[in-house]
Amino acid sequence: MTPFANHRGRIATLDRANVDTDQIVPKQFLKSILRTGFGEHLFHDWRYLPDGRPNQDFELNAPRFAGASILVTRNNFGCGSSREHAVWAIQQYGFKAVIAPRQRRGDTVVPAFADIFRTNGIKNGLLPVELEESEVEEIFQMVGRYEELEATVDLDHQRVTLHLPEEISFHFDIEAAVKEHLIHGLDAIALTLKHGATIAAFEARHDPQMSRP
Amino acid sequence: MTMGKTLFEKIWDRHVVTTFADGTALLYIDRHLVHEVTSPQAFEGLRLAGRRVRRPDLTIATMDHNVPTDDRMQIRDPIARTQIEALAHNCAEFGITLYDLASERRGIVHIIGPELGITLPGTTIVCGDSHTSTHGAFGTLAFGIGTSEVEHVLATQCLTQKRPKTFQVSFTGRLGPWVTAKDMVLKLIGTIGTAGGTGFCLEYGGEVVRRLSMEARMTICNMSIEAGARAGMIAPDETTFQYLASGNRPFAPKGEAFERAIAFWRTLPTDPDATFDRAISIEASQIAPQVTWGTNPGMVVDVTGRVPAPDQVPGYSRHDVEQALAYMGLAPGTPITQIPIDTVFIGSCTNARIEDLRAAARLLKGRKVAPRVRVLVVPGSQQVRAQAEAEGLHAIFQAAGAEWRQSGCSMCLGMNPDQLRPGERCASTSNRNFEGRQGKGGRTHLVSPEMAAAAAVTGHFVDIRTWVAT
Repeated sequence: MTPFANHRGRIATLDRANVDTDQIVPKQFLKSILRTGFGEHLFHDWRYLPDGRPNQDFELNAPRFAGASILVTRNNFGCGSSREHAVWAIQQYGFKAVIAPRQRRGDTVVPAFADIFRTNGIKNGLLPVELEESEVEEIFQMVGRYEELEATVDLDHQRVTLHLPEEISFHFDIEAAVKEHLIHGLDAIALTLKHGATIAAFEARHDPQMSRP
Repeated sequence: MTMGKTLFEKIWDRHVVTTFADGTALLYIDRHLVHEVTSPQAFEGLRLAGRRVRRPDLTIATMDHNVPTDDRMQIRDPIARTQIEALAHNCAEFGITLYDLASERRGIVHIIGPELGITLPGTTIVCGDSHTSTHGAFGTLAFGIGTSEVEHVLATQCLTQKRPKTFQVSFTGRLGPWVTAKDMVLKLIGTIGTAGGTGFCLEYGGEVVRRLSMEARMTICNMSIEAGARAGMIAPDETTFQYLASGNRPFAPKGEAFERAIAFWRTLPTDPDATFDRAISIEASQIAPQVTWGTNPGMVVDVTGRVPAPDQVPGYSRHDVEQALAYMGLAPGTPITQIPIDTVFIGSCTNARIEDLRAAARLLKGRKVAPRVRVLVVPGSQQVRAQAEAEGLHAIFQAAGAEWRQSGCSMCLGMNPDQLRPGERCASTSNRNFEGRQGKGGRTHLVSPEMAAAAAVTGHFVDIRTWVAT
């Protein structure tokens, strides 16, 4: 996996909640047996008209978002299908990080990202950044006000900085192990294989037929 | 004093190979189900790294997403055919059992797992498919994973996981007539939202759930992911044991081993003094047949209701609702029963088991599909298909004017040729009403098999409870 280096780039906003992985990359592109070639199909059904021309009404097609590498969107991003092709499409389009808000409903906190999508992102070096709703709203406002706004996503310091005339920063939380994994681009399988003897010992006493220890 | 454990905790604890400093666990996986769409890049990853499949004996594959349902042996789409052939090649190379196109035990991966006895209480199951939660109906910890994790399980038979929180969902009272498991789970998703279960493992219980068949329990667990929960489960009981003892289930224990297994399975249900991180109770008698009106499964309403106004939907912004209504071509205030439909899809890992087909056939028997309505009945597996034909259900569907197909995922996601056309409106027994899910521009309303069959006859949604009486 490619390590996640601290990244400065242009922000693009996608003002939709509950963006599902069927939208991120529709089913007709899942037939490939390769890991590449998905970037041009990112958000395909929103991004292109039936005749194949770009849909000018779709936010990411706006010229001011050309070359953007940080996607800012709404809550529950990546829900639905487990297709990792969604992460590949986002990365191959050029995004390095996705920023979305957690939601507070009464005493419960609803995470910003769907579980499977978030895990898939981490496995591929796509950084999921979870902020408060008010913070994400502020980014939307600033992107609306300042053309071609850039941000820096600093994983070391767990900070997103908007490069405004007067910079604003937001802190984000991330699990220590996930941070380590992303910064060093670790091979998760190689790490687990180091525990081969422990796994073998577990298998010797474990019956997968009935799962008795 | 030791606290009691939940069903989830009992299974989780038995599968922890080792715990890491940050609290995540290396979890052992008892069964890995594989299909053609999410596995090719994982097998390629193994090859590139020179790794082998650690436990081919615990890995079982089938072909379901791409398979045509008219003639399953004739895949005309060359890219789909390449993907199918890649799975066959990978299974041969790595020594994995494959239920291929020609197999009479082939079908949707989440339908054949239970049929074959692969799905057992107290085990862990993963698959590169979000609807793996289906298997939780057996008191199994089962969840969907992406392709990187598929590769990880192939190579190590383990996954590094953060322990999810627990969420108890109790259905109290009794279901009204014609109200089904599908309505129960849609009601739940409408109540807690499509992200309400994110980070949790759900456990469904309550007297209503105890009375449900295995098929109905699978329908509920199947849609856990539509509430954001990777896994949902139901404690095993006599209904579970009877299902596992019946039929031809080559992977299930037999004889004395089965008796020993039952003794173990009886220890799995949540202890009376166990606690959950979150709980909700839903009174079943208050649940009406459900119909989705929007573009995610949480956008759902009683069949007696109306399409909501943009500022009337808790949990959704005006913007969300306006986008959904524009896509769905619906005006606020429209009674659900006045929405006309073009297509009916009875199928998917949610509702294509034998009981679902019997329910639909019961309503279509002696009736005709409305003019200009296209009805596809796609059994979940070749075994379901054979059983339905043995019972004469196919003849009922065909006499009513429905198409009787081979098994597969079909129009649930339209990876095969079964797709909606732009603007076409569908009453579907599947699990996702996302934009374009069943075909670009297609409009999906999720319902139970009973509601879908009634809509097929009338050409619009009806309240099945009053319509049956007429």
